[in-house]
Amino acid sequence: MSIARFWRETPRRYNLGGSKCTNCGTVYFPPRSVCPQCTHHRQSIEKMVRSQLSGEGEVLSYTVVHEPAEGFEMQVPYVLALVKTPEGPVLTGQVVDVRPGEVRIGLKVRATFRKLREEGKSGVIHYGYKFSPVEETNGGLPARGPPVPAPESLERPRSAAGA
Amino acid sequence: MQAGIVSYGAYVPRYRITPAEIGRVWGIDGESMGQALNVQRKSVPSPDEDTITISTESLRTALLRGAIDPQQIGALYVGSESHPYAVKPTATVVAQAVGATPNLTAADFEFACKAGTAAIQTCLGLVGAEMIRYGVAIGTDTSQGAPGDALEYSASAGGAAFVIGRERVICRVHRTVSYTTDTPDFWRREGQKYPSHGGRFTGEPAYFRHVTECARALMEAVGSTPKDYAHVVFHQPNGKFPQRVGKTLGFSEAQMRYGLVTPYIGNTYSGAALIGLANVLDHAGPGERILMVGYGSGAGSDAFDLETTEEIARFDRSFGRPVQYYLDHGVELSYAVYAKFRGKIHMGGE
Repeated sequence: MSIARFWRETPRRYNLGGSKCTNCGTVYFPPRSVCPQCTHHRQSIEKMVRSQLSGEGEVLSYTVVHEPAEGFEMQVPYVLALVKTPEGPVLTGQVVDVRPGEVRIGLKVRATFRKLREEGKSGVIHYGYKFSPVEETNGGLPARGPPVPAPESLERPRSAAGA
Repeated sequence: MQAGIVSYGAYVPRYRITPAEIGRVWGIDGESMGQALNVQRKSVPSPDEDTITISTESLRTALLRGAIDPQQIGALYVGSESHPYAVKPTATVVAQAVGATPNLTAADFEFACKAGTAAIQTCLGLVGAEMIRYGVAIGTDTSQGAPGDALEYSASAGGAAFVIGRERVICRVHRTVSYTTDTPDFWRREGQKYPSHGGRFTGEPAYFRHVTECARALMEAVGSTPKDYAHVVFHQPNGKFPQRVGKTLGFSEAQMRYGLVTPYIGNTYSGAALIGLANVLDHAGPGERILMVGYGSGAGSDAFDLETTEEIARFDRSFGRPVQYYLDHGVELSYAVYAKFRGKIHMGGE
């Protein structure tokens, strides 16, 4: 992808910047300059405003990729999902920080900022949104004893100055 | 009005590896190595994570917690020794990703492990002089030790972001002092993938001298003693050094309880002291005094005399994850997968 093309898309890739038709209320991602719902009546002209998605969503459907696209070899197998956002748009994105077997339809996810790909060893690095589960699916570690006293034994002196 | 911490956030990648697993590959007793370093496991970034993504995640949490309009950020500095680009700022990508562009100044800082505390000092100056409303200081690293080197048992990934301002301050900064010398204890030359270090020389003349001298200089400047502090946070290249320096200065283990996080996530370099401070602030109530002393090889220390305010009782920590979450959670990797994630496997053709 050319530098200029990716750079033009950074508002949407970095910040989920979409657009909203103030005539009918429909939110679009990627952003549109006219509203297909209203175009017939030309009602959306000059009524499209920027609208940023919250980054919240849930998995509408997904697939596990075993034959990676170029640049994703280190992440195989990885999950690509259709994510339904509360604002309306359905986004395609990678779901990270999860084992493929733990992804399910309806899984609550949230947008996270990740490296998308690199243009070789010396080229530009592209960043953008991916999704990760809101709740940890299987990340618990075996409990190990703390090396320092438990919080109950804490004394917290307060300075004379107070707050 | 005095400048202080308005909000903060921390982020640590999900994956972990234990010293025992690293030692298994190199034919040494990694379990004992981990005990000697007081490191139980270290964090490992995913292949799609780096200093830019970790900094962005931690700052997004900070902005949500403090309900801060990113357009009010006047300065954004990222301290790291693992910036993804040698030339092209980490700070510009982070600023764009949080919606702070274009009306701000931004730059990358590098001072081994203390670039993040240096960034806080810079922001305190700009905010205190009322040149800007909010300054953002981030300390993040995804540093590596050479395969088999002692550093490999502790070098990890993580970061924390602090928003400095004058309004709704949750933690005042009473004073900060620094102690800086030319001490070649640890370095990485241009173009080199892994750092070099002076072995035992990184201890006494480097870490211990700078941290103790800086801490003493600060306490002398403000007229305090160790017993005045509820919490103390030191730079923590491993779990042992901060415990020893704390004991030397007269602090108890209880005072270090929350500020010591390296045993569970490893040494996050520029993020280390800052994640420790974030963990303290996660647990602190109003009116608790905190001493933080950062350290960066090369070498220097920045010490801060801090105190939480009544505002921290109203601070909304519900956004993002508390540091304790990262200390308790993670997915352990084998050395093979760790080597793949960290680019240690030669793929040919290079």
